Amino acid sequence: MTATTTAPVAAAPVHTVKQPSARLRAWATRAPLLPALIFMIVVTQLPFVATLVISFFDWNSLYPDARRFTGIDNYQQVLTDADLRQSVWTTILLTVAVVVVSLVLGLVLALLLDRRFKGRGVVRTLLIAPFLVVPVAAALLWKHVLYNPEYGLLNGLLHYVGGPQPDWISNTPLLAVEASLVWQWTPFMMLILLAGLQSRDQQQMEAARVDGASDWQIFRYLTLPHLRRYLELGALLGSIYIVQNFDAVFTITSGGLGTANLPYTVYQSFYQAHENGLASAAGVLVVIGSIIIATFALRVVSSLFREEVGRA
Amino acid sequence: MSSIAVRRRSGRGKGAGLGLVAWLLGIVFFLPIAWMALTSFHSESDAATNPPSFGAALTLDGYREFFGTGGGASPWPALINSTVASGVSTLFVLLLALPAAYALSIRPVKKWTDVLFFFLSTKMLPVVAGLLPIYLFAKNAGMLDNIWLLVILYTSMNLPIAVWMMQSFLAEVPVAIIEAARVDGARLPTILARVVAPIALPGIAATALICFIFSWNELLFARVLTGVVAETAPVFLTGFITSQGLFLAKVCAASLVISLPVLAAGFAAQDKLVQGLSLGAVK
Repeated sequence: MTATTTAPVAAAPVHTVKQPSARLRAWATRAPLLPALIFMIVVTQLPFVATLVISFFDWNSLYPDARRFTGIDNYQQVLTDADLRQSVWTTILLTVAVVVVSLVLGLVLALLLDRRFKGRGVVRTLLIAPFLVVPVAAALLWKHVLYNPEYGLLNGLLHYVGGPQPDWISNTPLLAVEASLVWQWTPFMMLILLAGLQSRDQQQMEAARVDGASDWQIFRYLTLPHLRRYLELGALLGSIYIVQNFDAVFTITSGGLGTANLPYTVYQSFYQAHENGLASAAGVLVVIGSIIIATFALRVVSSLFREEVGRA
Repeated sequence: MSSIAVRRRSGRGKGAGLGLVAWLLGIVFFLPIAWMALTSFHSESDAATNPPSFGAALTLDGYREFFGTGGGASPWPALINSTVASGVSTLFVLLLALPAAYALSIRPVKKWTDVLFFFLSTKMLPVVAGLLPIYLFAKNAGMLDNIWLLVILYTSMNLPIAVWMMQSFLAEVPVAIIEAARVDGARLPTILARVVAPIALPGIAATALICFIFSWNELLFARVLTGVVAETAPVFLTGFITSQGLFLAKVCAASLVISLPVLAAGFAAQDKLVQGLSLGAVK
């Protein structure tokens, strides 16, 4: 937009400055990048390498002298341990359920908010709020204020309709954790999908409407294909965060009743059981799982990214 | 023509109905927070009742209890620790990310997309994968229960996001303007201050906000690496995990007070928040 005003200036002869050598220039371009790059490698990559090394040792921190190399024993133990296998399964269930449900709910909310109605801004603000409550505070809210069987709001409301008064966390522990996470993550999905909806080609939509396409047809053949990338982005970013969830599991059930996911299990095996080697092996397995998700995530993000660069 | 008019009218009626549904869902989603806010102003005995007491007298007792005048531990050290850890790490993130983003957008290095993806890939490395070595290092270096260790870790946690966001914000600065300023004889500091900063500043502010929110919310590192001295606000909140109904108003007051900075920041920057959280991929 400013190209027209700068064009005459750009055409003016360039001042001849003494040119430094090409190598020096290359380093001058790279230099601003180096502090961040070196910092990231030291703080994130080195610890992971250390975890990898520790994972091959039998090492209980209460008996540091008994530390010895055991090869892949820890991995065998992790993969054959019933509790750990359970936590792998829990992690998958938790992540998939939360991502899918919050994505569907987020889509419904985004479609509703994409229309004009009175107080749309207020409703949007109300809907974003759950995402902005500190995760531990949100988990406490669900644990004490909503789920409590005696004075929780859920049973309080059920009281009015004469419904049953279940003990939510004991009866359906995993579902209880999932519901609280769905409540927190639906707004995030909604925001991403809303951004997607608002980037639709309005002329194309208008043309389809003039041609007599029904609302459903427009949704099915125009909106949904357009939203595909945004749905993928939401699913993948959501997965990355929810696979790593610690706060809700730790707060609502303390990993009990079959809700311990991998991050909680890793935390517990070194923080409480002091099994450094086992914890590290479990940690490495979490990384392998994440890499599988991340490979897809990077592909999606890079395709969005290419589209953006191409547009520029 | 009349059919279009009819259709438009019926469309408007449906629109109002769907608006109502949106309002309803908005209220359902907000209800837990509204209930938490109301409960925080109730006395403990009114807070823990079934059926819920909607009309009970309002009191500030929950807040008084929370801020320690009721005999409990004071939350101030934790709040101050969180402010320092989040604030200083955000500052560090900006100091490291700004030059990096500059090198990735305005005068891009070769293979700059590869570098960008390296930063992103570190974000996909789960926190638990490095937790143990960091714990052992901190223990040996005598840095357990030290807020500066959290500052370093929060900086590394947010740096990739910040580099991505700022790269996309700085890329919005037209290269032609920078070239023009350079031709006019402006030096780098002048160009940064007069040309780049005004365009990129809102984006930089949003980046800082998101980094602050993530640091403020963080629990796992803080829980494992701090104890009494360097305890942060979320760790302070974990003290309520097993608390019983007698402290319900206090729990609500604590949760609200500790969430307040994030709620305020998030409401202030709703749009930038999405862009940041989706790593600049959604505009």
